[in-house]
Amino acid sequence: MEYILIFITAIFVNNVVFSQFLGICPFLGVSKKVDTAMGMGAAVAFVLTLATIVTYIIQKFLLDAFGLEYLQTIAFILVIAALVQLVEIVLKKVSPALYQALGVFLPLITTNCCILGVAILVIQKDYDLFTGVVYAFSTALGFALALILFAGIREQLSLVKVPKGMEGMSIALVTAGLLAMAFMGFSGVDKGLAAVFGLN
Amino acid sequence: MNNLKVLLNGIVKENPTFVLLLGMCPTLGTTSSAINGMSMGLATMAVLICSNFVISCIKKLVPDMVRIPSYIVVIASLVTILQMVMQAYVPDLYATLGLFIPLIVVNCIILGRAEAFAAKNGPIPSIFDGIGIGLGFTIALTLLGGVRELLGTGKLFNVTLYSEDYGMLLFVLAPGAFIALGYLIAIVNKLRKA
Amino acid sequence: MKKLESSLANMVIVLTVISVVAGGILAYVNQITAGPIEKIKAETLNNALRSVLNADEMPQVSSTNSIDEFTTVYVTNMGVAVQAATDGFGGKLKVLVGFTEDGAISGYSVLEHAETPGLGAKAGEWFQKGAKGDIIGKKPAEKALAVSKDGGEVDAITASTITSRAFLQAVNQAYQAYSGTSMDAASSATPKASAQAGCCQEGKCKEGQCQEGKCKEGQCKEGTCRNGACKEGACQQASCKNACQQAEAPITCGSSEACGRAKTTENN
Repeated sequence: MEYILIFITAIFVNNVVFSQFLGICPFLGVSKKVDTAMGMGAAVAFVLTLATIVTYIIQKFLLDAFGLEYLQTIAFILVIAALVQLVEIVLKKVSPALYQALGVFLPLITTNCCILGVAILVIQKDYDLFTGVVYAFSTALGFALALILFAGIREQLSLVKVPKGMEGMSIALVTAGLLAMAFMGFSGVDKGLAAVFGLN
Repeated sequence: MNNLKVLLNGIVKENPTFVLLLGMCPTLGTTSSAINGMSMGLATMAVLICSNFVISCIKKLVPDMVRIPSYIVVIASLVTILQMVMQAYVPDLYATLGLFIPLIVVNCIILGRAEAFAAKNGPIPSIFDGIGIGLGFTIALTLLGGVRELLGTGKLFNVTLYSEDYGMLLFVLAPGAFIALGYLIAIVNKLRKA
Repeated sequence: MKKLESSLANMVIVLTVISVVAGGILAYVNQITAGPIEKIKAETLNNALRSVLNADEMPQVSSTNSIDEFTTVYVTNMGVAVQAATDGFGGKLKVLVGFTEDGAISGYSVLEHAETPGLGAKAGEWFQKGAKGDIIGKKPAEKALAVSKDGGEVDAITASTITSRAFLQAVNQAYQAYSGTSMDAASSATPKASAQAGCCQEGKCKEGQCQEGKCKEGQCKEGTCRNGACKEGACQQASCKNACQQAEAPITCGSSEACGRAKTTENN
């Protein structure tokens, strides 16, 4: 039950894009088409889950064990960068089809701050490994959901006439604001669920 | 004269927020008030100036193929130093900006400037580029923070200008960040073309 | 100077050197800032203690006692303050509450929160003296604090009932830890058995906490004296949950659901 709660909270209530402001660059940059949005969403879900596992292990068995907590940022970002490279190489060899689908997005992911952000948050929230993975995966799903919704709207938006000054990023941001407003409607749902599950 | 040009370039022509649209996460995430926005801008600027300087100094020593990882290590170290210093001397600010301080590492502006400017120019122009881009970022964040604070709470830099009861709370909340930035970009676009 | 070639040896050397230098500098800065960081943490706590206890000078902490991961009791020469945490609307809500000797709230301070700016985040001022939801001077012993919507006397923050509930729950939790601590002091003064016997039998409780002759009526029925708030039948209130988690508490709480958890831990 606890995991279901984390799952729903991370996707809807504390959506990574709309309420935590993480991963905004790819959210604005790769959201012109639904297809690419789906690819990016899948790539983020994959890397984010993997990165959380690896950074968690590094934190617990290396940084904490030797009192090197102050190297957290540097260690995490290097691990993420290396991991992305590794995933790219492995995918290319093992599953060319998947590589075709995700490949172009992989290099973009290193600078996606939601990866580093979530890795740090999992440590800060003091989750155990499994909870952390559930949290990371749900967060990534939340990111994918936001991205795909937004891409769908932008596809439609490209067909309408927009005031000259508002063209491009400006109208996109206002649209994102409206979407964020819609997501605000979910706030408090987690509390209700917690009560239903008897977790409070 | 040349350095001055580099400086102005960062503030106006290549403003990272309004023109290049880089570093959007902290731009949206930390601008709930003018002070917060400005602090985040200054923190980023400090890292940017140092990273630009260090990278332009070591650029000859770094082989091309390991360029990016080396730059990332340099930037991450600078960010960690900033993190520790802020924790020690301005803990309140550190608590407010929270997660976005370590996330300066993945701010595209910093790695972007390292690649686009510091790796090609000497240390002195690189510092000026850091100051220029940093100031551009700081001004943008302060402006956005100011707009959100004013519309949302009726205050500006914590000075009450009109009653909070008339404030549009939305602008302090998440959606307001997107909407305010959207309109600011539209206004800047208009001004640039005029 | 010519740029270094991308040969394997060069790359490995450069990366290693950069990493080692970076690691070394960080270790050094960490060493320098570790002291100030500790100091500032202690100072922040002392300032908060001073403000919630309404003290004129810096209180000296004589003992700290972590009841569980959410609750810590600070005993100082100026009085007792308790830090308690609950789940607010956006995340953890951590409050420091000071108590006067007769169990009234002397002040509070929100140490950490993730509430909505402009709404729940007002908790820092809303419940202060003279503000709309004033809780200063109230005695949780007489009646657990609750928002008016739940039948209590405290006005909730406009449009932030969940934050207000979480806040009051934290204050109630703090009170339970506080009354528990006072009892510990009492029972260490007198042999425990007699303290238990003399303490809280019906009719013997008159004022204040749970020492002989000091209990308010109704507050402390048999076997409940360690946690004043844990009255019979009161366990269902969220405020009581924390108290029930302590081994001594659930004697009168066993029947209700809220204490189920405490019971299982006991059995284990």
